[in-house]
Amino acid sequence: MILGQKQLDKIDDILTANLIGSGVQSVMLIDTAGNVIASINNGNETVDLYSLAALAAANFGAMSCMAKIVGEDEFSLLFHKGEKENIYFCKVNEELLLVNIFNNQISLGFLRLKMSKVVEELVELLGL
Amino acid sequence: MYVGLGMSGGAGLAFINLKDKVIQAKIVYYGPGRCGKTTNLEYIYDKCRLQINSEMVTVKTQGDRTLFFDFFPFDMGKISGYDVKIQLYTVPGQVKYNSTRRLVLKGVDGVVFVADSAADRRNKNIISIKNLEENLKLYNKNIRDIPLVIQYNKRDLAKEGIEILDVETLENDLNSELKVPSFEASAVEGDNVILTLKKIIYDTMSSLEKQLKQEP
Repeated sequence: MILGQKQLDKIDDILTANLIGSGVQSVMLIDTAGNVIASINNGNETVDLYSLAALAAANFGAMSCMAKIVGEDEFSLLFHKGEKENIYFCKVNEELLLVNIFNNQISLGFLRLKMSKVVEELVELLGL
Repeated sequence: MYVGLGMSGGAGLAFINLKDKVIQAKIVYYGPGRCGKTTNLEYIYDKCRLQINSEMVTVKTQGDRTLFFDFFPFDMGKISGYDVKIQLYTVPGQVKYNSTRRLVLKGVDGVVFVADSAADRRNKNIISIKNLEENLKLYNKNIRDIPLVIQYNKRDLAKEGIEILDVETLENDLNSELKVPSFEASAVEGDNVILTLKKIIYDTMSSLEKQLKQEP
């Protein structure tokens, strides 16, 4: 996969407009090996991106294996709820994942709606 | 521009982001249970704090054994204008954790195989390197092609009167066909830990450079 400058800029635009603009604190596009491809935040988030990406990719891989063990192709909702911060994972395709950090001011349902739009736009942009 | 190198179907390999000028490469420390993979990373983490802008991530069981992996990004600084980040991982060595070992190997660019020099661990080393070969195959990778360095760890055990395998035996068991660079080491004392790391980083970066030239 080769992404040009324009595509990377467009990815940033898609993530910013749909997610950061809707109140998500931080969003990362990573691959399933744990590499960071794009990351955007609202300016107030100072998480350790590389560690988070490594753990998120591993967590996603573990979840996929668990799904197969119980006879599912995949689990459609991967969501971790904290007291203040929450994480939501979303698969773009077999290689790419989106990781969102958001607080309780946004509902999960709203985020999932936004996310399906983002995935659609990314799939179209990247020709996946 | 962003270039993901890799075979179709497998996870992309190292990622080179030409827009932000960042290269990310993944190096995995592999080997049988209790051979010293985590101790290698702990030593590096301790000695190279200036190059690591991150906490070391460890996913352990209660008994202090690696459950999933240890991880930290190692900042190599600028190479030809690129910010090079080496992602260092260990795998869990215990036989039962093969599925998590496979997950960690996804997208690997270079491997350090840590062998245990203790005489009674001879068989465990052989089983583990075979397991590495099989798991790499799942990602369409050949143990003969991937950058690989073997480290004969725990050479210090001899001082404590514990029987260790001589290097010739270890080479015969593990490296007679592969013929990759190998080092005697003691992760606990830090002997040759950095040398092993430097060698695998060098080989991994050379291999990536070669692959990048082959990209259309």
